[in-house]
Amino acid sequence: MLNASLSQLSALLAAKKISSVELTAEFFKRAQALNSHYNAFITLSEETSLAQARAADRLIASGGAKPLTGVPIAQKDIFCTKGWLTTCGSRMLSNFVSPYDAGVIERFNAAGAVNIGKTNMDEFAMGSSNETSFYGPVKNPWDIAAVPGGSSGGSACAVAARLAPAATGTDTGGSIRQPAALCGISGLKPTYGLASRYGMIAFASSLDQAGPMAKSAEDLALMLNVMTGFDPRDSTSLQREPEDYTRDLQKPLDGLRIGLPKEYFVDEISDDVARAVEASLAEYRKLGAKTVEVSLPNTSLSVPVYYVLAPAEASSNLSRFDGVRYGYRAPEYDDLNDMYRKSRAHGFGAEVKRRILIGTYVLSHGYYDAYYIQAQKLRRLIAQDFAEAFKQCDIIMGPTSPTVAFNLGEKSNDPVQMYLSDAYTIAVNLAGLPGMSIPVGFGNKNRPVGLHIVGNYFSEAQMLNVAHRYQLATDWHTRMPAEPGNID
Amino acid sequence: MQWETVIGLEVHAQLSTQSKIFSGASTAFGVAPNAEACAVDLALPGVLPVLNRGAVERAIRFGLAVGAKINSPSIFARKNYFYPDLPKGYQISQYELPVVEGGTVTFQVAETEKTVRLVRAHLEEDAGKSLHEDFHGMTGIDLNRAGTPLLEIVSEPDMRSSAEAVAYAKILHSLVRWIGICDGNMQEGSFRCDANVSVRPSGSDKLGTRCEIKNLNSFRFLEKAIDHEARRQIEIIEEGGIIQQQTRLYDPDKDETRAMRSKEDAQDYRYFPDPDLLPLEISENWISEVRSASPELPSQMRSRLERDYGLSSYDSATLTADRDIAEYFEAVARKLPSDPKLCANWVMGETSAYLNDEGRSFDHCPLSPNELAQLLTRIKDGTISGKMAKEVFRQMWIKRRDEATAWKSRNAQMDESLADQIIESQGLKQISDSGALENLIAEVIAANGKSVEEFKAGKEKAFNALVGQVMKAGKGKANPAQVNEILRNKLK
Repeated sequence: MLNASLSQLSALLAAKKISSVELTAEFFKRAQALNSHYNAFITLSEETSLAQARAADRLIASGGAKPLTGVPIAQKDIFCTKGWLTTCGSRMLSNFVSPYDAGVIERFNAAGAVNIGKTNMDEFAMGSSNETSFYGPVKNPWDIAAVPGGSSGGSACAVAARLAPAATGTDTGGSIRQPAALCGISGLKPTYGLASRYGMIAFASSLDQAGPMAKSAEDLALMLNVMTGFDPRDSTSLQREPEDYTRDLQKPLDGLRIGLPKEYFVDEISDDVARAVEASLAEYRKLGAKTVEVSLPNTSLSVPVYYVLAPAEASSNLSRFDGVRYGYRAPEYDDLNDMYRKSRAHGFGAEVKRRILIGTYVLSHGYYDAYYIQAQKLRRLIAQDFAEAFKQCDIIMGPTSPTVAFNLGEKSNDPVQMYLSDAYTIAVNLAGLPGMSIPVGFGNKNRPVGLHIVGNYFSEAQMLNVAHRYQLATDWHTRMPAEPGNID
Repeated sequence: MQWETVIGLEVHAQLSTQSKIFSGASTAFGVAPNAEACAVDLALPGVLPVLNRGAVERAIRFGLAVGAKINSPSIFARKNYFYPDLPKGYQISQYELPVVEGGTVTFQVAETEKTVRLVRAHLEEDAGKSLHEDFHGMTGIDLNRAGTPLLEIVSEPDMRSSAEAVAYAKILHSLVRWIGICDGNMQEGSFRCDANVSVRPSGSDKLGTRCEIKNLNSFRFLEKAIDHEARRQIEIIEEGGIIQQQTRLYDPDKDETRAMRSKEDAQDYRYFPDPDLLPLEISENWISEVRSASPELPSQMRSRLERDYGLSSYDSATLTADRDIAEYFEAVARKLPSDPKLCANWVMGETSAYLNDEGRSFDHCPLSPNELAQLLTRIKDGTISGKMAKEVFRQMWIKRRDEATAWKSRNAQMDESLADQIIESQGLKQISDSGALENLIAEVIAANGKSVEEFKAGKEKAFNALVGQVMKAGKGKANPAQVNEILRNKLK
């Protein structure tokens, strides 16, 4: 049961072969038993999860079941969940119990899904290794010496280690795709505006996007059907006809033109990653696709542009955490300014402070034109690169991350090295395009390698088709890390 | 040396929407602290702003009224600073590309016409309120005001005296009320001004260093604060000092301004476009819709009143000082098209005086325009004298006032006969029957032989005395014109 796909679990529940309470209890037991080993969850609440499972069972009994009714899903702790602690991985919100549900959470609730727990994450989603969480780093289930990637590292770990059948993540610069790659699972960041940002604690508003993380593309499609849709409470949410993302899964790939950006296949990729990606491209050719070389000439600018724009927005988005109305407040202070200073000094971690300072700097009078305005112009150029490339190909592929998972502590004192681990994923957020990562093999130390698939705007159904056909032909997505030894 | 004062105003007009500018919470005034602050106003983690169309429409309406350019796209920006009553840590405002750019406002001051140019009018949200009184050694936060929609109307430094500044603020106040975008309630802070004041030697075209006086919420304070500030600056310069650019507060109790903060500790607000709000597209269609739903402007109505009703410019200006007066007047004049001047006199005279005494506005007038028009018709057709009409008016007023329903909420049909009822029941009808008048006059001639003698000897005064006697005998109801005519014939 722990290895079943979402559609299998859904079918078992609908046929009443298992109850949601049984299923939830089983995953809960495992999550709780292994959490001290992986640190994937910040909050586990058996009572709350089982209450949702009982409600799901009633819904199934009454004949009102939908595809995800009764299925446990782990929720990234960036999503406000009514009645649950919602920390965003920060001490600043270590006492914040949300009085409302995020738009995405409402959709899962309406579908009758069960929240199995709140997953660990880099503080305020700032990080690529899950080492910036106030709640400590998450371990990579393939090798607990390695990072799971970030910032949705807890979600990626929970799915890879079978603590939950699927999970939600958010992706501002690669935070769904990079941990999916490093943990050997599938993850998708939809087109900007497709999933509601309401109730998703903001990091960089113009880049943040919620998406699904699961074992297979088929599972991602089922989740996407639930997660996406217009939300009038989010002004950047797109008004579109609802889509069934499972509809194109089976389509053959004959004639598919895969664009390979020449800028992606250069020295920065480690050999093991290059080998696995090459092998997956060979598989795609076997499936009837052809590859064409494309160019994204401004690729090298993505990381610097991102590290101007994302901190700029973050410095403003995080100013609401001032200790006045909710969240952490310093116990002792002299006056109002001292209260702000101490609350923020103690409440935020080093990476968050670093980005607030960068953001404050690039927005300040005298530097705004040189940094912020310039970065916005380059952002447009980066988006134009993709538009040009999509004239020559249907889909773009490359490695998700230049290396397999690195070791805990390996890059934590070198922010620039850390930032470069998102070099391939960031441009996609800057352009607002959809991107995904699927497992395509293993590299050094048997650590997973991810293939990055980038589609044009609103091409999620096609991307899932491309990923699904590959997963029908291969079994990388079904591989499991070894069970940890000596766990009660 | 002669000094010239240079003034520019920033007016914050609270827009009359039901809900806030970026949330669905109510804008109602005077409820318990934080009762009308929703998750968005409290800036809970994860919440997002959604723009209220009604606020944009009101801004467009203002822009059209002052002949400004309506920008499309218009951009919302974040103005970042820390303050406990600013829950998000930034205020959503407009910086580059406000909804309204340019425009002019023209008004009369001391018999001459003055035009002030506008720089811009932009939409923004209000902050909350810090409550210092109710908490010992602590401060409470009330976020009911947070997110209230404001239109900040920024003028060029085109005013040269406190009188001009007050006249400008008053005309703006009347305009925003007229076009229905702001209730203008200054006690509740719905309309407040910041004044930028500098002085320079007369004849100079270089601007002096300015000080900004914040939050003036009455025309009187505006006037006094500007006068005080100009005097203060002149004194400093005349004593050889220089003016520091500052933000100042006016203290009405001491009648002085004092420094709040100087340019040196001015904040860097780090404005940037709000990524949670897409650029606002305002289509030509939308502008046309707003235009056709906007009322006739006071200036347009003023010339129309002069043209169509033949009113003097003074009368038309008085009647268009407020939309409720203007509408009331037109409703009366429509019923009595033959004598708009009589209508204007009674609206500006008796009716305004009674309303003022009772502190009411025209839309809360006890008498309906129909009722007033009927009374005036009875003057015109000679049923009552103008003097008697005042008594009838008084009685009509008391009756309707005691019924305690403003005319706007009453059925127009019941209006028609009030004046007639009172004239009839109190026997106030003018005596125009020539037989009855002749009898009265004959009695007066018989009883006042001396006056008759004097008149015949050429004393015109004696004639007036005789008319007075007739009117007295008729208990004020005799038609004075007829009395005059009959008496003169009789004395020939």
